[in-house]
Parts: sequence; C-alpha cells; structure tokens
Amino acid sequence: MVENRPWLTVLSHLVLLAGCLVIVLPVWVAFVASTHEAATMLRPPAPMIPGTHLLDNYATVLFEGFGQASRVPQWLVLFNSLVMALGITIGKIAISITAAFAIVYFRFPLRMTCFWLIFVTLMLPVEVRIVPTFSVVASLGMLDSYAGLIIPLIASATATFLFRQFFLSVPDEMAEAARVDGAGPLRFFRDILLPMSRNSIAALFVIQFIYGWNQHLWPLLITTKESFYTIVMTVSRQANVQDGVVQWNLIMALGILAMLPPVLVIVFMQRQFVRGLTDTEK
Amino acid sequence: MATLQLKDVRKSYGSLEVIHGVNLEIADGELVVLVGPSGCGKSTLLRMIAGLERVSAGTVAIGGKVVNEREPKDRDIAMVFQNYALYPHMTVFDNMAYGLRNRRTPREEIEVRVRDAARILELDEYLERTPRQLSGGQRQRVAMGRAIVRKPAVFLFDEPLSNLDAKLRVHMRVEIRRLQQALRTTSVYVTHDQVEAMTLADRLVVMNKGVAEQVGSPVEVYERPATTFVASFIGSPAMNFLPVSVNGESRTLTLRGGQPLTSLDSPSPAQDIIVGIRPEDIHLQPNGQGEAVRLVVGIDLVEVLGADSVLHGRLVGSEDRIMARLPGIHRIRAGESLPLFVAPDRFHYFLQSGRRMAQQ
Repeated sequence: MVENRPWLTVLSHLVLLAGCLVIVLPVWVAFVASTHEAATMLRPPAPMIPGTHLLDNYATVLFEGFGQASRVPQWLVLFNSLVMALGITIGKIAISITAAFAIVYFRFPLRMTCFWLIFVTLMLPVEVRIVPTFSVVASLGMLDSYAGLIIPLIASATATFLFRQFFLSVPDEMAEAARVDGAGPLRFFRDILLPMSRNSIAALFVIQFIYGWNQHLWPLLITTKESFYTIVMTVSRQANVQDGVVQWNLIMALGILAMLPPVLVIVFMQRQFVRGLTDTEK
Repeated sequence: MATLQLKDVRKSYGSLEVIHGVNLEIADGELVVLVGPSGCGKSTLLRMIAGLERVSAGTVAIGGKVVNEREPKDRDIAMVFQNYALYPHMTVFDNMAYGLRNRRTPREEIEVRVRDAARILELDEYLERTPRQLSGGQRQRVAMGRAIVRKPAVFLFDEPLSNLDAKLRVHMRVEIRRLQQALRTTSVYVTHDQVEAMTLADRLVVMNKGVAEQVGSPVEVYERPATTFVASFIGSPAMNFLPVSVNGESRTLTLRGGQPLTSLDSPSPAQDIIVGIRPEDIHLQPNGQGEAVRLVVGIDLVEVLGADSVLHGRLVGSEDRIMARLPGIHRIRAGESLPLFVAPDRFHYFLQSGRRMAQQ
C-alpha cells in the first residue's frame, strides 16, 4: 500500500498496538508474577511491576523443585522436553524426507496408494488415534521412556507432503544431470537434494520443534514417573493443587521457562524459516 | 572421441510410437544438429542417446559399442541442458568437479581439468561463486564447462541457448562452434532455431513427427530440400508454394488461374505438382543472363527490416499467397500491383505427397 492518509496510519497503528497488547499483556503478567513472593501473588490486586525475587524464584524452580506434582529439580523436566522435542523434530524430518524422496523419485507398485494413505492421515490428529497408540506403546513396554515419548509422534504427513511439493519443484534435469555425472540415487539424495532442501528443513525444524515442545496430552498419558515429566504438562499439573497453596510465582517462572526454547528457536531460525516457506530455491 | 550410430531407433510410449525408426551415422568429431518444430521428437532422440530414455527398438552405438542397456554415466557422454541444471548450492568449481569426483578422479587432476576448462570458458574469476551469482551467459558457460571437464566421447546439447537473450545467443553460438572445433569432440545438438542449426551444423537432421525428413549439410538442405516440410522449415521467410498443373505434351506449368508459369525440361510423373520459390529468389528486375519468369503480384503488406524488405501479396489471377524478400529498403505501398521476376532454375518442384521431384 502506498496510500498516504494520516488517519489511516493512525488507525492501523492503533489496531496493531491493540493486537500486540492482547498478546503481550499475559506474558508480562506471567513475568511479573515470577519475580514476586508467593504471598504477594495471593493478595489482590495482582502486581504489574516486577519484584525483587526473580533469581530466588528461578533458582528454586530449576534446582529444588516445588509443589505437589513434580518435586524433582525442574531443569530435568526442561531437559526431558528438549529431548522429546528434538527427538520428534529430527525423527519427523528424517522419516518424511526419505518418504518424500521415495514417492517422488522412484516408480514402485502402489506408489500413489502410499502417497494417498500418507496424505489421508493428515486429517487424523494425535487425539484420534491416542487410545490404540497408547495400548501399543504400553504393550511394547515403552511407558516412562524417551522412546515412548518420541517414536509414536514421529510419523508426519504434513512434513512428507511439504518435502514432496519441494521435490516436485526441483527440475527433472537436476536428477538427470546428476545421473549423467555418475551419481546414483543415494548420492543424488545426499549431495544434491539434501543441501537444496536446507531451507525447507529449517522451516520444518521450527514448526516441528514447537509442535514437539507443546505436546501435552501424550506425555500426560504415558509418563508416571516424575523423572520423565515434560515441562508443558508439569505447568498445568502444578496449578492443580489439592488442599494447599498454589505457588503462582513459581508456576509463572516455570511457564516463562517453558516459553523460552521455542522463542529462541524462532528468533535464531526466523530467516531460514521464512525463506523455507516462501521461495523454492532452484 | 568416437563415432555414433543410430540404427532404426524407435521410441514408443505404450502403443503410441513417437520416433519412427531413425538411422544416422555420425563421424568422429562431427557436429550434427537435430532440428525441427516442437514435438518432432528431436529431444527424445537426444535423450535416448544420453540414456535418459529407454530405446524401444533399434540400437544406439557409441564408438562402435552398442550402449542400449548402459546407464548414462557408463556411456561416456556429457550433456548440456536447456535450463543448465546447475547444482544451486555448489560453487562453480564444485559444479564442474562433481562428475569427476563421482568417478574417483584424483584430486590434483580434477583441479587441473577444472582450471583448464575455466580458462577456456573465461570463468577463472567465478570459480568460487554459486550459480545464483552468475548471469545467464555465465551459467550457460558453467554448464558447458561441466561437460568439457569430463572429456567425454560425445557432447549432447539440448537447446542450450534457448534461455538466453537474442544478442547473447548469437555470441554463445559462435563460442560453441569455436570450442567444438578446438576440441574436435563428436557432438549432437538439438535446437528448434533454424539459424542456429544452419550456422553450427556440419550436418543437419531435419525432423518432423518422429521421422528424419532429410539428413545433409546445411547448404544441401537449403539448396535441395527433400520435402515441402524441410523447404518451409529451413529458410526465412518460408518458401512460397504454388500449386500448378502440368499441361500434357507441352510440359507447360499453369497456375490455378490459368496463366502459364514455365515449362519442364523432362516429363512430369504427375498431373498436379507444387512449385516452390524461395522469397530471396524473387527480384524486381530480371537479372541479366537467361530468361526470367514474370509474376504479377498484388501487394498486401510491406515489412521493412532495414537490410531487406519483405513483401506480402497474392499472385494476380491465381490468388496464391506469395512472399518476396528484396535487399534494401523499398517504398512500395500496399494495394499496388507490380511484376516480380524469378529465374526458372531457382524453382523447386515437389509432388503432391511433399517429396521433391526426382529429375529436377
């Protein structure tokens, strides 16, 4: 838009500011809460200015543990989340890029059937298949393990589909040039397709990391030991206190900690993320 | 260095045959151009030589060895693609070295060969850049470099210049010819551009609908086109065709309007034939020696190109369309009628089937 109308500029800024406020305010409240003592938080009105207990609160949360739900030091919970999110992300990318490679570059019986089967599963969220998946994971003895947290969430139709679309946009001549240059299928995949997919991989990494990090229901179902809890489920469990005081300041500190890794991933990978979703590098 | 033979090469997709048996012998060091309109099968033929398409019937032999069942990498060929197909994430150096590395060429030799090729193609300064940072012409040269470093038996070019602008295309055309003559590598070049075909080729193969209509030197193809298709495809503007009937014993040719045109030296095998006249063989004056045939043309349109003027018109009487290319600038107005002259030895005679008449 190259229009230059002052009232329009003012109005659009107002709308944007309002939008920002809606998003930022809860985060601010959470941050402020994480810097006060538990007692301050129980007395209305809730403070809007940061207090002095920032380091105490975070140290307590990270290294001592608190509340009824998870008394282990919460760095372990953060670590669990990290393992799960990275495991899901890397697993998803590895599986879906090889699946897409097979579907696009090889002619095998039932190729299109395979593709459509994968595509159809796009419409099934985790929650739909959670009961049968749980029973499979339980009978394989994978409850309370990293494998149990990660493997059932690795298959990804979305990522397969995205890579397929990217591979289809790579000109056929690229594969033919590689064939003339003496590269077999695996070498073509490793030397040419993989580096060319760099941006798509980065974009997927961001999306899938956040997806993995934010998993709530699945870890809730299959973990019973506190040492395998993930941070997102811990936050909600901590707020659910029986016969006691809710330590809002510590819960909010935990919430802020839970938000940090996805934010960092986005901040550091934003450029590749945008490029991976917008242009196809040829 | 090698010869290349195609023996009755055919290609079918299911029951649909698209290449109907092409025979071609290419000598060592020769540059053969496959030319034809889009969909004539020239690219398919090239891809069969490269090994990117299966040969449905017949044999392809490189250096005397049948290579039908060999993978492209085992055929000792190098190919330049229309869109260059450079690896976007690799530097120019790596693009050129990739094929050699896959063949486990020693590192020092790769270095020497790539530097040599880069020097020949004037790419020395660009070796560390990626294709994205190069202009179209430079990318094209990298694609050529990738072919050269391999020192293959046969170069295959698939419309390598069609993505360049007109000026650069002329420049690169000359470069390719010079390079090919310096390296003396057997080459097959596919194009739909007749100027490229005429200027580059040692021999031309004019293809139409999966058939090689004529194989010959550019001059031969221009001077004695074997069919009306070849005659209209090679030469610009295209050849004029006038349907005429042969009048029995006198062997006089008459146009559809009834005017006599000329007479044949020997008997015609058919009653109705086609006379072809190249636009550049038509003149404003009868030129000195010998008689000239006079055509009266009603002019519809004059295109002045600077060096030439192209007249579009119809023969008065028969209403056959006719184009004439006259050197220089002519201020002739549309609507005028004027006499034009052709030497009868410049006539081409074709049968109704499109074949050139044997005796003429």
